Amino acid sequence: MGWIVAGFAAWAVGWWANALLARLPKSRATGLAVPVIFGLTVIVMWECFVRGLDVSSVILPPPSAIAARFAASTGILWEDFVQTVVKGALTGYVLGCGAAVLMAIAVDRFPFLQRGLLPVGNFVAALPIIGMAPILVMWFGFDWQSKAAVVVVMVFFPMLVNTVQGLQSSDRMQRDLMRTYASSYWQTLFKLRLPAAMPFIFNGLKIATTLALIGAIVAEFFGSPVRGMGFRISTSVGQLALDLVWAEIVVAAIVGSAFYGGVALLEKAVTFWHPSQRGRA
Amino acid sequence: MTRSILPILTVVAAIFVLWYGAAVWLNAAWAHDKAGRAGVELSFGELVADTWSQDKPKLPAPHQVAVELWDTTVEKKITSKRSLIYHSWVTLSATLLGFALGTVLGVGLAIGIVYNRVMDMSVMPWVIASQTIPILAIAPMIIVVLNAVGISGLLPKAIISMYLSFFPVVVGMVKGLRSPGVMQLDQMKTWNASASQTFWKLRLPSSMPYLFTSMKVAMAASLVGAIVGELPTGAVAGLGARLLAGSYYGQTIQIWSALLMAAALAAVMVALIGAIQRVTLKRMGMA
Repeated sequence: MGWIVAGFAAWAVGWWANALLARLPKSRATGLAVPVIFGLTVIVMWECFVRGLDVSSVILPPPSAIAARFAASTGILWEDFVQTVVKGALTGYVLGCGAAVLMAIAVDRFPFLQRGLLPVGNFVAALPIIGMAPILVMWFGFDWQSKAAVVVVMVFFPMLVNTVQGLQSSDRMQRDLMRTYASSYWQTLFKLRLPAAMPFIFNGLKIATTLALIGAIVAEFFGSPVRGMGFRISTSVGQLALDLVWAEIVVAAIVGSAFYGGVALLEKAVTFWHPSQRGRA
Repeated sequence: MTRSILPILTVVAAIFVLWYGAAVWLNAAWAHDKAGRAGVELSFGELVADTWSQDKPKLPAPHQVAVELWDTTVEKKITSKRSLIYHSWVTLSATLLGFALGTVLGVGLAIGIVYNRVMDMSVMPWVIASQTIPILAIAPMIIVVLNAVGISGLLPKAIISMYLSFFPVVVGMVKGLRSPGVMQLDQMKTWNASASQTFWKLRLPSSMPYLFTSMKVAMAASLVGAIVGELPTGAVAGLGARLLAGSYYGQTIQIWSALLMAAALAAVMVALIGAIQRVTLKRMGMA
């Protein structure tokens, strides 16, 4: 009973603190503190309710148990991280996004292809491409190559569509100006159109970060060597070792957020001129 | 629209040509292997014919998939476990339930975020952060845990679909509910409109275009969630189960037909939302 009361107390304190902070003038500090307090409150409540209601650790382990498991099995977690994220997701991400940008530049030269490929690309981007995973696992074997292939297929079309749109985003006046400077196709491409396309390209890159991790993890459900985050999650669920599953999820969450945050930081550095970035400074 | 039909058809035709070509290329090894054991030399024509008609090809030719699709949809009874329509319905019902839950949750959260400053500051960053987490990774756990509590069948899959589909709705609706300009809000004020009147008569109507756009994204995400949600249940029923069973037994034609069926489902559902969007926005005078 005490734990449950403590849980409600934590919620009350957290909400009160946030309500207080929200009334202060908006600044960087409050913008950061409010979500952090909210997150901490949720974790404390989780701990209190799991203990207070005596929830079996097979159903939902308390955060403290997850943290202990995380600390105890860093070796396994690191091995899985290297297998899934570094080998599978990152390789596929770089290959897929690179291929999509090159393809977009090639397509951009032919309006005919562009009119045909954009609708098809948009259509494919909305399909459940993750279903390709079993086929690709069959083609490329169980190791990380097949995971990278799944990631390539998943990130390719969102990236292609965004880049093609981005390449069209420089307006007539700007392109005419480049013409009056007698600049060649490649000069226009590198000095005007690619920089102008950057906000779109980064939009695609950001979407692709999440897709890359999902693709690499889900592909492991269809077969993998005896390491990798997806493999560990599906086997640990079978063994009811849910604290290890949650530890893997914590890793996935940290990696996912860091990956996204890294791309967002890069975007800020590259597209500093764009209104959406200037406003926030 | 009409002038882009020819380019689209060209691209689609190119995809089919590539597909047939790739089928020859990928299946040639097996064809040569078989011919070598039988002690015959394959001519090019025989090679092509063989690669396009193998039982368990690495890449089935499009017409093989089409035949399989025809066999499992039209020729089988809907109640049969071999009918793809039966499996599609299993997946579709989870998708729709999850989509409905996700849309309701998303709209609710968006209203809270727009009207409550504390929620805006504390929940919104987490909504965004929740999507950088590869949430599909925990799909097997959700299924197993809910099974342990005694909930099985439709709901666990729908919950995964819900998690994937609420995000686009929240982001779209927050944008949409905030889309009325200062002028319009001031106008409501001069008419002495209450908060609920402002909501029903100004904010909600002007958020409709945003809602439909994000619902299309949510529907596609919801289908992915339902398919992945079927993987850890041990391949009982549904398109995801067909994919998994196919990959266990090397039935590539079955995998491809399930994949194309999933693609068709996604396309039909998104097109349906698009149609509703056009009709609604037209009646509201916005399109």
